[in-house]
Amino acid sequence: MKYEGRVWKYGDHVDTDLIIPARFLNVSDKDELAKNCFADVRPDFAGNVKPGDIIVAGVNFGCGSSREHAPLAIKAAGVSVVIARSFARIFYRNAFNIGLPILESNEAADEFSEGELVSADLITGEIACEGKKKRFFAKPIPDFMRKIVEAGGLVRYVKNKDSL
Amino acid sequence: MTTPMTITEKILASHAERDAVSPGELIEVNVDLALANDITAPLAIRVFEELEVEKVFDREKIALILDHFVPNKDIASAEQARIMTEFARRHDIKHYFDLGDSGIEHVILPEKGLVVPGDLVIGADSHTCTYGALGAFSAGVGSTDVGVILATGRTWLKVPSTIKLEYEGRLRQWVGGKDLILYTIGLLGVEGAAYKTLEFSGEVAGKLTMDQRFTMANMAVEAGAKNGIFEPDDMARAYVNERAERQGTYFYSDSDAVFEKVVRINVDDIEPQVALPHSPDNVCPVSRVDHFRLDQVVIGSCTNGRIEDLRVSGEILKGRKVARGVRLIVIPGSPDIYKKAIQEGIIETLLEAGAVIGPPTCGPCLGGHMGILAEGEKAISTTNRNFIGRMGHPKSEVYLSSPAIASASAVLGRIGSPVEL
Ligand code: SF4
Repeated sequence: MKYEGRVWKYGDHVDTDLIIPARFLNVSDKDELAKNCFADVRPDFAGNVKPGDIIVAGVNFGCGSSREHAPLAIKAAGVSVVIARSFARIFYRNAFNIGLPILESNEAADEFSEGELVSADLITGEIACEGKKKRFFAKPIPDFMRKIVEAGGLVRYVKNKDSL
Repeated sequence: MTTPMTITEKILASHAERDAVSPGELIEVNVDLALANDITAPLAIRVFEELEVEKVFDREKIALILDHFVPNKDIASAEQARIMTEFARRHDIKHYFDLGDSGIEHVILPEKGLVVPGDLVIGADSHTCTYGALGAFSAGVGSTDVGVILATGRTWLKVPSTIKLEYEGRLRQWVGGKDLILYTIGLLGVEGAAYKTLEFSGEVAGKLTMDQRFTMANMAVEAGAKNGIFEPDDMARAYVNERAERQGTYFYSDSDAVFEKVVRINVDDIEPQVALPHSPDNVCPVSRVDHFRLDQVVIGSCTNGRIEDLRVSGEILKGRKVARGVRLIVIPGSPDIYKKAIQEGIIETLLEAGAVIGPPTCGPCLGGHMGILAEGEKAISTTNRNFIGRMGHPKSEVYLSSPAIASASAVLGRIGSPVEL
């Protein structure tokens, strides 16, 4: 599970109201949601994000409301993986549940800047930027979460394993 | 020898059918009540349908509440509401709240006696942590998690470590639960309790009314916490006995339970608090807030839309007028609260002061409808979040406070305290 794309850089405490403002939550179609992803703070995002692009952010990404529409919108917009220093609890769960890959890394947030081409490997946790010849390792994903990702999300996991 | 545990650990252990659990463990638990609202339920229902099971795990342990965009604000939200309604009918969901008997989810469920001490409640809404006021474990998750619970009645959780907060001293006039929780969030920061439990204790916490405890537990998530909890005392028992059919199980932290940290907070010098834009941890005492003209005041939400909140507001607004140019929007959290407020004459007082009374709904709290801010407008609100664009235009500003401060501010036309009236 290796992803490659250009960096969209964000700061600390990006809340779910910023990711998808509540006025757009009267629908749950993911493509509709994607059109309004970051509508208020980065109106250029939805129109310019390319499949595979990578979000790199600071601490507490996805704080606030429990709306799963937030990771859904990011995923449907084409983002392949979100790398942040840390994630808010509910967003962290939601991302795994819906199959949006996420990684925690301080170095990525320190070193990568807007528009750089970087790659991330979900299983090994390796994050690299060829241009800068830099390579880091993200915090390992807990075993249980990895199984959910490998199954392709919580629904599939439950269907296969019948454990919950 | 039994392992010493906190109240949260005991509730989790009992629902995992284990003797003991400790922080960091991943456990699977049985859920007593699962809830979702008009924003999160349609997604949860889609997940439930993908799972291809015929029946929900228990039609009496699910609550579906229409609250965010009701009365339906547009065609799209009406369609989402219909998905919920049809699902509720098809599965004969017992606790389904539609217009007329619906209110804000976290106000309605305790009021109807659907949560009792010792319960494990999971909701597709971040403020599900509100029920900790009753000595229950309750946490917010996303729609997929709730979709799976609808089918299985089970979910997985990581056992959180606990930060114990001990409030001691004497509360000043006009200082209450909202001020204490804002102060605490300011102290801890918005991710200071991330993935953890906040246990509210101490002499002061024990004296707070149930409504104030709901306010505090409600905002635990604003410090990043998984849940906030009070040990259930006689006051909680009386509240529950009046409303619930079930008895509940009363758990208490052992005296030798292990806390990640204990924070002692002396309340003697705490003034009424205001959270400045754009973060709930950006708090300062009301006396230090700059004077600028307000455009809107909102009193309501799952944080402060209960009867006591309206009483405080009525007391302050009695015989006074809302300042010219300020829109005061008051939203009772449930039909029962609305009724009580009418019987007690509060609604008349508020109307005479110049307030507009909304139907029970989340409405402006999340910038949904019924009170959206224009560019550059400033509002003070008794809600729980003041993120950029939360109540409308991304260039509007939201200040958070108690109903007392919000009501006084409506009269003053700027942020201030009742002592200035
Ligand atoms: S009142 Fe506000 S915070 Fe509470 S459930 Fe509704 S939108 Fe969420």
